[in-house]
Amino acid sequence: MAFLDKKSKVALTDPLMKNNPISLQVLGICSALAVTVQLNTAVVMTLAVVAVLSVSNTVISLIRTMIPGKVRIIVQLSVIATLVILTDQILQAYMYDISKQLSVFVALIITNCIVMGRAEAFAMQNTPGKSFLDGLGNGLGYGGILISVAFFRELLGNGSIYGYSVIPESLYAAGYQNMGIMVLSPGAFIILGLIVWVHRIASGVEED
Amino acid sequence: MHSNKYTLGFMTVVTVLLGSFLSVAASSLKEMQELNVENDSKKNILSCLGYKEDAQSPWSPEEIQGMYDKNITAIVLDVDGKKTQIDPKTIDAETDENSFPIYISKVDNEIKGYAIPISGKGLWSTLYGFFAIEPDGITAKGITFYAHKETPGLGGEVDKEWFQNNFVGKKFINDQGELVGIKVVKGKADPTSDYEVDGISGATITSKGLESFLVDDLKKYESFLKNVREG
Repeated sequence: MAFLDKKSKVALTDPLMKNNPISLQVLGICSALAVTVQLNTAVVMTLAVVAVLSVSNTVISLIRTMIPGKVRIIVQLSVIATLVILTDQILQAYMYDISKQLSVFVALIITNCIVMGRAEAFAMQNTPGKSFLDGLGNGLGYGGILISVAFFRELLGNGSIYGYSVIPESLYAAGYQNMGIMVLSPGAFIILGLIVWVHRIASGVEED
Repeated sequence: MHSNKYTLGFMTVVTVLLGSFLSVAASSLKEMQELNVENDSKKNILSCLGYKEDAQSPWSPEEIQGMYDKNITAIVLDVDGKKTQIDPKTIDAETDENSFPIYISKVDNEIKGYAIPISGKGLWSTLYGFFAIEPDGITAKGITFYAHKETPGLGGEVDKEWFQNNFVGKKFINDQGELVGIKVVKGKADPTSDYEVDGISGATITSKGLESFLVDDLKKYESFLKNVREG
């Protein structure tokens, strides 16, 4: 990515691995547990968060010098809320079945700490271009974990990947069973915990 | 530091801008959303009446519309089970307690089944769905749920095929002609019984809720179904 200067590149790629919002900052856990029963919902949720996060970062960065310091949180919140409602409305109009499955979790993007966190920590100090990349990076970093969790939960819990059965019938006949716990919240905790563990070992991070 | 006046002005501008942006977006998408809701309910009526969708090639909205128009006649009954002239689209089932919509499936003028709306409390939420009855007025033809907020994997299983298929062929009227409903039993149902289906493990309250509101809703249509049974 030669067309990006160093700082923009860091803004985009840092949240993917080194500073991942879920596995290293442990933000946005609630939705990571809730919408990861199937890959399908996890992918749509990822797209929704990426859209909200990159646009909200850009918009907030554009008006950052105009926002009065006293009310900055409220302004960030209004921008994010507007985008979340818009996303929810679009899903209801164009992807009705999936929006039914995601139910309240699209609306709850507004309470996702990652969105507010990036607005306050990054977009308020940086130019729109960098803020957009930071939002994109964080959204993808969040989505990467979401999709990994969903992959294992759907595979182990339903025996399928993206809705297609992958476990052969002969294995079921031999006594293999889908793990019921994987479709429930405890399954999400276990998988997410393992992913955080592996990720931290791989990236060599240690808590102080 | 910005002055209070500036802060107030800024907030007003932001609020008005974002607000009007949202209203424009919401009202322009509204038509499409309503169409989706209507299609979803038509799809559920069709599917509980035995028109099954192929999982690999889902119905398009046009197909649903076409099939519905071709096969389904919607009418509204009064408390005595008599047909009224009310348009089913105009009644609100939640508030109107004296008119009961019923969806009749006909192929070449021969009645293939009746579908009635059912709804009631599960564990966390109200479940909404349709229950379909064979032309004999005794046997269940199918059941579907299109809206609920039960726990996925537990009570949420009510919208899964394995659970819904259990209802097909069960009877809710016993040999004496009494309305007994269909029992959702804990664990496995007695395979010889015509009146019970397997419950969902871990979801006893959802199962019991479903059992009781199904009877309640069938009672509302009993005078109509009685006429059906007597021919």
